[in-house]
Amino acid sequence: MSKNIKFLGLLLTLIIIFIILLKGLNVSKDYSNEKLKSKIDFSLNAKKLFSDEIINISDLFDKNSPSVVNIWASWCAPCREEHQFLMKLKDMNINIIGINYKDSPKNAKNFLNSLGNPYSEVITDNDGTKSIEFGAIGVPETFIISGKTNEIIKKYIGPLTSENLIEIKNLLEENA
Amino acid sequence: MLKILKLILLLYFSFNFSYANEINTKVDQITKNLRCLICQGQSVYDSQSDFAVSMKLVVKNKIDEGKEEEEIYDYLKNKYGEWIVYEPELNQNTFLLWSIPLILFAFGGLLIIRKVSIK
Repeated sequence: MSKNIKFLGLLLTLIIIFIILLKGLNVSKDYSNEKLKSKIDFSLNAKKLFSDEIINISDLFDKNSPSVVNIWASWCAPCREEHQFLMKLKDMNINIIGINYKDSPKNAKNFLNSLGNPYSEVITDNDGTKSIEFGAIGVPETFIISGKTNEIIKKYIGPLTSENLIEIKNLLEENA
Repeated sequence: MLKILKLILLLYFSFNFSYANEINTKVDQITKNLRCLICQGQSVYDSQSDFAVSMKLVVKNKIDEGKEEEEIYDYLKNKYGEWIVYEPELNQNTFLLWSIPLILFAFGGLLIIRKVSIK
């Protein structure tokens, strides 16, 4: 009798472990914080790339409609790839704010001079701390940020693609 | 006179030094509990990646601002989600994770008590 109970106990434990592990198989292991609706601290100050002037980042955002924020660097190859798409966004009259991540001002300016400047303003982030305020983990990353609530509406980790363009345009219109 | 001046300077610098040390140990302590999101298997403390270097700086700045350890974790959880900290929160999904060791502990205790009382 006690042998039977032991066997059943063992079986039950094994079944529970099996179910837990089976459930674990379906959990996505990709790290993604795209769903996070975190607020950006608009009281942050930053230095402009072109004029060395220190400004408050709230001045860069349109208060009534969402803006696009793009974190980039001249040393980042995927940034070069996605640049054409940023230029297309600019042609759609979209406000794009650039954050130049751990870059030399000279290289950053050369990059924009040769490939075109899609940004309404570029601020510098020499030590990477401003990008952390946006919840970024690297370059390139692109955010759609509401000017009303200061919240992140959408986040793209990695370079933008042509499919993203339509999505960004729609999101901006929806949240305008 | 010169000796007194030397003493004051020495005290001043040693105080400064210990203060800086204190902040650094606090930064180390906090960053050991933070997961480096782009270098899996490493903490922010262990990693020298761009992300981790900036993160250490952010933590240091927050301490300088007078933020408490918990406030810093909350700030980063708000930015990166719960995944940034090593210790999982107690919620519906992690209930089993937190309760199973306790249940096993109680079960083990019961087994021991039974064995002892049988003898």
